[in-house]
Amino acid sequence: MTAPAILPERGLADRLTAFFWRHPKTFLALLLTPPLLWLGVVYLGSLFTLLLQSFYSIDEFSGMVKPEFTLKTYAELLRPSNFDVILRTLLMSAAVTLGCAVLAFPIAYYAARFARGRWKAVFYLGIMLPLWSSYLVKVYAWKLILAKEGIITWASEATHTTAILNAVLALPVIGGNSLSTSYIGMFLVFVYVWIPYMILPMQAALERVPTSMLEASQDLGASRSQTFRTVILPLALPGVIAGSIFTFSLTMGDYIIPQIVGNSANFIGMAVYQLQGTAGNIPLAAAFSMVPIVIMLIYLSLAKRAGAFDAL
Amino acid sequence: MTAAVEFQSVSRQFGTGPGAVRAVDAVDLTIAEGSFFAMLGPSGSGKTTCLRLISGFEQPSSGTIRIFGQDVSTIPPNRRNVNTVFQDYALFPHMNVRDNVAYGLRVKGMGRAQRHAKAEEMLALVQLPDYGDRKPGQLSGGQRQRVALARALVNEPRVLLLDEPLGALDLKLREAMQDELKALQQRLGITFVFVTHDQHEALSMADSLAVFNQGRIAQIGTPAEIYDRPRTRFVADFVGSSNVLPPAVTQAMGGPARWASLRPEHTRLAATGPLSGTVTALRYLGAATRVVMKTGDTEIAALVPAGHPLPEPGHSTAIAFDPKDLHVMEDE
Amino acid sequence: MPSERASLGLKIAAIGGLLFLHLPILLIFLYAFTTEERTYAFPPPGLTTEWFGVAWRRPDIWEALWLSLKVASVATLLAMILGTLVSAAMSRTSFFGREQISLLIILPIALPGVITGISLRSAFGVMDIPFSTWTIILGHATFCIVIVYNNAVARFRRLSVGVLEASADLGANAFQTFWHVLLPNLGTALLAGGMLAFALSFDEVIVTTFTAGQQATLPIWMLEELIRPRQRPVTNVVAMIVFAATFLPILAAYYLTRTGSETAGAGK
Repeated sequence: MTAPAILPERGLADRLTAFFWRHPKTFLALLLTPPLLWLGVVYLGSLFTLLLQSFYSIDEFSGMVKPEFTLKTYAELLRPSNFDVILRTLLMSAAVTLGCAVLAFPIAYYAARFARGRWKAVFYLGIMLPLWSSYLVKVYAWKLILAKEGIITWASEATHTTAILNAVLALPVIGGNSLSTSYIGMFLVFVYVWIPYMILPMQAALERVPTSMLEASQDLGASRSQTFRTVILPLALPGVIAGSIFTFSLTMGDYIIPQIVGNSANFIGMAVYQLQGTAGNIPLAAAFSMVPIVIMLIYLSLAKRAGAFDAL
Repeated sequence: MTAAVEFQSVSRQFGTGPGAVRAVDAVDLTIAEGSFFAMLGPSGSGKTTCLRLISGFEQPSSGTIRIFGQDVSTIPPNRRNVNTVFQDYALFPHMNVRDNVAYGLRVKGMGRAQRHAKAEEMLALVQLPDYGDRKPGQLSGGQRQRVALARALVNEPRVLLLDEPLGALDLKLREAMQDELKALQQRLGITFVFVTHDQHEALSMADSLAVFNQGRIAQIGTPAEIYDRPRTRFVADFVGSSNVLPPAVTQAMGGPARWASLRPEHTRLAATGPLSGTVTALRYLGAATRVVMKTGDTEIAALVPAGHPLPEPGHSTAIAFDPKDLHVMEDE
Repeated sequence: MPSERASLGLKIAAIGGLLFLHLPILLIFLYAFTTEERTYAFPPPGLTTEWFGVAWRRPDIWEALWLSLKVASVATLLAMILGTLVSAAMSRTSFFGREQISLLIILPIALPGVITGISLRSAFGVMDIPFSTWTIILGHATFCIVIVYNNAVARFRRLSVGVLEASADLGANAFQTFWHVLLPNLGTALLAGGMLAFALSFDEVIVTTFTAGQQATLPIWMLEELIRPRQRPVTNVVAMIVFAATFLPILAAYYLTRTGSETAGAGK
C-alpha cells in the first residue's frame, strides 16, 4: 500500500500553517505589528510631542505653557547664557572624543593585531565588561579617585609630585580647587566612561586590515612609521569615526557627570533636566534637546558619507 | 501510468513592475511516476525554482501544479508527501544524526522507540550504521549527504526532490554517489526529481530530463534524444561537446539553411570532403585525439581514434561524415 | 606586521589601558570597608564590615532594590517578546520600509538618553499620565528592544534558511518548527539578549530620572546619595550590589554566545 501524496490536515495548527503559507504578508504584518505599535506610539509619539512642545512657549506671568506655535523659544537658545551652554557642551564633546581616540588606539591596535588565543579573550572581555557594567558605579568610582582627600592627592604626596598636581589645578579655566571640581576631572570621567565605545569599532576596523597589505607596504620599502602613517591610520579612520559617533553623542546628552564632577557649569543635558524639573519650562527644555538631535543627524549623515557604518 | 508531478503553464514571477523577473515562464511539464527525472540548466535558468514549486517553498504566480493528480495550490509544504535533499543538506545542527533522521516521524506523532528503530534502519540503508549519536558537525560532506538522504527517505515520500545533491562533493565521491543514488531509486521505486547544472550527471543518471533556459524548458526527452537530437542551439551547446554549425555551413554541407549539430565522434578526417579547413589544435584524450579545424569563422572538432594518422597543426584537412548524422535543429 | 611582535611601548600602553578600565571599580569595593564615613580619605583609616549590616537594615534600599528588580524583569520580558518578533520579521524577508524600521529600532539608543527621557516625560505630561512603575517600564522596554534584537538577528542570520524549510519539508507545521527547530537554535541568543537587557535596565539612570517621578530605583537612590552624600560607605555597598547585578548577567551572556560567530555585547 502506498502512502497518499497529500497528507491529511491535522487540527488548528495545520490550518494556521496553511493560512500563513498562503498569506506570507499577513504573517509578516502580524510579527511586526506589536513592536512597531510600541516603538511608533511610545517612542515616535513621544519624540513628536517633544518637537511640538519646542514650538510652544511659556507664559512669563503665569508660568504656564502656552500651546501656540511660536519660534520664540528657539530664539531663547541664542541668548548668551544659553548659547554658552551649547558651546561648552560641544567643546567638551569634541575634547572627550579626541581624548578617547588617542587613549583607545593602543588598546584597539594591540587587541586587533597582536592579541592571540587566551589574550584575545582577555582583551575582549576586558573591553566589553566596562562597556556594559554600571554607568553610575563607574562615575562614583571616579568621584572617589578625584576627591581632594582621595587617592590621587595621596599618590602625589607619596611620590612628592604635589607641585605638579597643584600646577595643573592652577591652570586657568580647566583647573580648579580640586580635580573633582574642575573641567580636567570632568574630562577624565567622560573619557573613562565612554572609551569602550571607541575601542570596539576601532578594533573592528583594524582587524579588517589584511596583514598582507602591511607586508606589501613593508615590501615596497616603507619604514615601520611610514607604514603606520600611510596604511594603518587611514584604514582605522572609519572605526574612529564610528566610535566618535558614540562618544560625541553620549557626552553631549549626559547630565549626570557634570552634576557630580566639575564646577557646576551648565551643560545641555543638565539644562534640559533642570528646565523640565524645577523650572517647569518644558518648551525650552524641548528646544534645548533639539540641539543634540540636529547635531547628531548632521554628524550621522557626514559619517555615513565617510563610510563609518561599515565599521560598526 | 499516472504522472507524479504535472505543471500546467506554471509561471513564477519575482517582484512587480518593470523590475520583475520571470524565474519560471509558462512551463508545462509531466514527470512520470517511478522515473528518475533531471532538471538541467545553467544557474538562474529556473530549474531550482521549479523544484521549490513542487516542494511548496514557492507558490506559482499563475498556472496549476498537480502531484499525483491533486492540485496543490492550497497545500503547504508540510502536507505534501514530497521530501527534499537540500543543496547544503540543511541538517539540524542541534540534533544528533538519529534525531535528524527521525524528525519527520516525530512531527507526525510516531513514538520514540519506533521512530528511532526506523531511523536506524534507514541509516543502515545509506551505509551509516552506528553514526546515530554523532552531531552533523562531526560528519564529512559525503556522510552529511547520506544523512540528508536518509532523513528524507524515512518518510516514504512519493516524490524525492534533490537540489544539486552532489555539488559539494569531490569528483571521486560524486561518481560513487551517482551510482548509489541510481541503484537506490531503482530499488525503492520512488520518483526522483533531480536538479543539476552538470550535463554528465544528468545524462548518466536520469531516465528523462528537461533542459532549462531563461525560465523556459528548451527540451524534454530521454538522455539519448537530447544528446543526439538537440532541438535548439542552446541545448546542443549546453548538453555536450557537439559542433554547432551556423546555417551557411550547414548549407555548404548539403543541408538546409538552418542551424545544425554534428557530433565529433560521428566525423572522420579525409583528404577531401564537404567541409575543409586548417587544423588549429590537437588534444590527446587517450582512446582518441580531438582535432580542431577552422573553416571560415567556425571551429569544428573531429575525434580521431587512436592508431589513425593525425594531421599537423597548420595543415589543411577535410571532414567527412554520414549525412544522417548531421542533425538539423528545429529552432534557433 | 613587519615583525610579528608588538613593541614594548605598545604592550605597556595596551595593558595599561586595560588596567585603566578596571582598577577604578576596585576602589568602590575598598571604600565599602572604610571606617571613615564623611570623606573619601585615602588610604582608609581603618577597615570594617559594619556597613553591610547597616545597608541590610535600611528599608529605603530594599524598596529601591525591589523596584529595580521589578522594572528590569518586566522590561526585559517585554523587550524579549518585541525584539524577537521584529528580528524574526527582519531576518530574511525584504519588504518595503525595512530600512526605516531598522532605524526606528536603533534610534532609542542612538540618540542621547536625555532625549528619550525628556520625550517620554513631555508625552506623559501632555497625556496626563501619572508617574508609576509602568512609566519607568515603558521607557526601559523601549531601549531594551534593540539589545534583544541585535542578539537575535545575528543568530537568525547564522541559522540557514534551509533548516526551517527542511523542517516544513519533513512535515512539521509552523508551531512544531518553532518549538523543535527555531527555539533550540535561537535560545541562547535570546537568553543572552535578555540578560544584557536586564543589566542595562537594572543600571539605567538617565531615562529613569525623567519617568520615575518620586519613585527611586536603585540607581536613582545612588544618584541622590552621590549628589547629597549621607553615609558614604553604605553607598559603596549598594554600588557593589548594582555592579554585581549587571556584571554577572553580562558574563553569562558572553559565555552563552561565545561559541557562535557573533558575541553578545559587541554593540551596546
